[in-house]
Amino acid sequence: MSDFVNEFWNWYIVLIVLVSIVACGIFLWVQSTGAKGGAPATDTTGHVWDESLQEYNHPLPRWWMWLFYATVVFALVYVVLYPALGRFPGVYGWTTAGEHQKEVERVDAQVKPLFDKYAGMDIVKVSADKSAMEMGGRLYQTYCVQCHGATAQGSRDRGFPNLTDKDWQWGGAPEQVVETITNGRMGVMPPYGGNPDAVGGETGARELANYVRSLSGLSHNAELAAKGKVRFDTVCFACHGADGKGMQALGAPNLTDKTWLYGSSEAKIVETITQGRTNQMPAWKEFLGDNKIHLLAAYVLNLSGGPEKK
Amino acid sequence: MSEAQSTYNYTVVRQFTVMAVIWGIVGMLVGVIIAAQLVWPDLNIGFLHFGRLRPLHTNAVIFAFGGCALMGTSYYVVQRTCHTRLFCDKLAAFTFWGWQLVIVLAAVTLPLGLTQGKEYAELEWPIDILIAAVWVAYAVVFFGTIAKRRVTHIYVANWFYGGFILAVALLHIVNSAAIPVSWTKSYSAYAGVQDAMVQWWYGHNAVGFFLTAGFLGMMYYFVPKQADRPVYSYRLSVVHFWALIFTYMWAGPHHLHYTALPDWTQSLGMIFSLILLAPSWGGMINGIMTLSGAWHKLRDDPILKFLITSLSFYGMSTFEGPMMSIKTVNALSHYTDWTIGHVHSGALGWVGMVSIGSIYYLLPRLFGKQQMFSVRLITVHFWVSTIGIVLYIASMWIAGVMQGLMWRQVNADGTLAYSFVESVKVSYPFWGIRLMGGTLFLSGMLIMAYNMFKTMAGGRTEDAPVLLPAGQHA
Repeated sequence: MSDFVNEFWNWYIVLIVLVSIVACGIFLWVQSTGAKGGAPATDTTGHVWDESLQEYNHPLPRWWMWLFYATVVFALVYVVLYPALGRFPGVYGWTTAGEHQKEVERVDAQVKPLFDKYAGMDIVKVSADKSAMEMGGRLYQTYCVQCHGATAQGSRDRGFPNLTDKDWQWGGAPEQVVETITNGRMGVMPPYGGNPDAVGGETGARELANYVRSLSGLSHNAELAAKGKVRFDTVCFACHGADGKGMQALGAPNLTDKTWLYGSSEAKIVETITQGRTNQMPAWKEFLGDNKIHLLAAYVLNLSGGPEKK
Repeated sequence: MSEAQSTYNYTVVRQFTVMAVIWGIVGMLVGVIIAAQLVWPDLNIGFLHFGRLRPLHTNAVIFAFGGCALMGTSYYVVQRTCHTRLFCDKLAAFTFWGWQLVIVLAAVTLPLGLTQGKEYAELEWPIDILIAAVWVAYAVVFFGTIAKRRVTHIYVANWFYGGFILAVALLHIVNSAAIPVSWTKSYSAYAGVQDAMVQWWYGHNAVGFFLTAGFLGMMYYFVPKQADRPVYSYRLSVVHFWALIFTYMWAGPHHLHYTALPDWTQSLGMIFSLILLAPSWGGMINGIMTLSGAWHKLRDDPILKFLITSLSFYGMSTFEGPMMSIKTVNALSHYTDWTIGHVHSGALGWVGMVSIGSIYYLLPRLFGKQQMFSVRLITVHFWVSTIGIVLYIASMWIAGVMQGLMWRQVNADGTLAYSFVESVKVSYPFWGIRLMGGTLFLSGMLIMAYNMFKTMAGGRTEDAPVLLPAGQHA
């Protein structure tokens, strides 16, 4: 796509740039040659302000003048060699995008053998390879650390999963982990499970919170939990299952274990139910490519002690 | 000539000068607080966290401290070099109170998170309109005084002040154009990369005209006055003035190297920044060479020490700036603490010191004293702030170059050798040194405030009589 809506603006830029650079040089030339006829440098210009303010008229320092000329000449050379004059790409044809592309290709070619070595290897085997895991660790510290943390334990109560435990939101088989990293995941808990009437507002949410805490073996009010179970069986079971064990295909969490992405307190669970949650694992396919994802999947599995046993 | 017209209007100069010192302390204190928050993140309490206080710091030091210093000195200089009383006392008073209101509103709205999100132009639209009104009034007072001058030639300091006033009006009004959606929220009139370009056209010229041209105006009056020597070269002042104000306008894109801005635009930002080197240095040469034949005065005049040291820092940062605008250098320096160091060698070294020197010159004259309460304390202030600046910029240079090198370091497998947080970790000691440097500079300002109040105590606040222009004595 062009930077200019029409030719006029292209030529406008070309002209104004060249005129401006050249004008700096001409201005300097006129000013440095015209001064000769003026007052000698030892005398002031003859003007006096505020009792004592006067001005000598020393000529421009030579070194300063040549520095100025040098920058003007540099500018003129630069605009010929590099993109600066509107649409004109410059003699070298250099672009920032091109420079980036070249660098990416160079590095990709350089590291390709390192990744190729593992690309064909089974992920479980890769996760047992020491040097592969060192590379995976470095990939992790570059791309994953921002959300999952330096120790890969996620963030308590903020929705970033712990990667060191055995709990898998979307499945812990090698191909499932690869899928998660490659295409990303989008987890949505709708407010009130999508059915506010059936959940019964804030009150109903509190009952539900007590019920799901009971599923997880946490302290709860049994009376409220009993009422909550009725509501659970009409709304929540659709995703979390009748037994509350969740559904990995949907990313619906298991409510019977000890993992609580957004916190397990009654208040936090009520918040989750009433306001819903939206969570996203970004897709890395385009950015990292299959070979790096292969290594990363192996590394993540290694963190939790190997693939999920079915 | 009426009674009121036979004296200079010192009232508004006095007000701005004293407030420059006060706002300087406030702005620098906020700077010290945010520097401490980087060292001890637990100090980020409630809404007084780094993200809210940082714009408060920049706005307070640039527009409250710098603005009061510029408006106060320009009113003093323009009257005295035009040999006439300031044009329209009421309008001048409006600029003072209006500007103070702007500052107070900034101090309230920024911590509340009300912001346009444009660096150095954060204030929301109602405050922007007030700024525009005050600024236009300032221009009327300044150029009104020039218009009724009693000398033919306009002194060089006034060219720089005048250029600064006109350019800032243009920059502020264009960049702040926004569509309001409520009293506290608006959206920029520009979108995407155009918005970025307009913002940095503004941002860099805020440096060029507010922090350079304006303070060069200050330099051109107070350096020759304090040194009691003629300005080195009229010719040089003509060349560097026009070259400076012409080329600065082009330099903005160097803030957007390696972004979505088209390559040709980035190139223009870079080459004009390089052309800017000589015009910038013209001011330094003219200031420092004014002292030729009177170098001995530097030995025991602390005010002159402040002024000449400020020019050295000015020369240093105006060399560093063009170098950092070169794309390959920028690739290393951008987004690192090097930029922070560069800004502060300009802000503390140049803007801070030239203002401090000028204010020390002004205070006794504004309060009917022969000299400051304590000249010794000026010397103490000079050394405390110089050491503070050196600690500040040296630590930021080291931290910045280190961060830049760490971020680009890669392993054999192409992964980054260091995660971002590792570069944060090794920066801690340098942030500690920076905090010390900033604290020293702030301490210097407190010494100055003490000296100022002692000088003001029992002082006479009479306006000085307007002098006849030279050659008209009879």
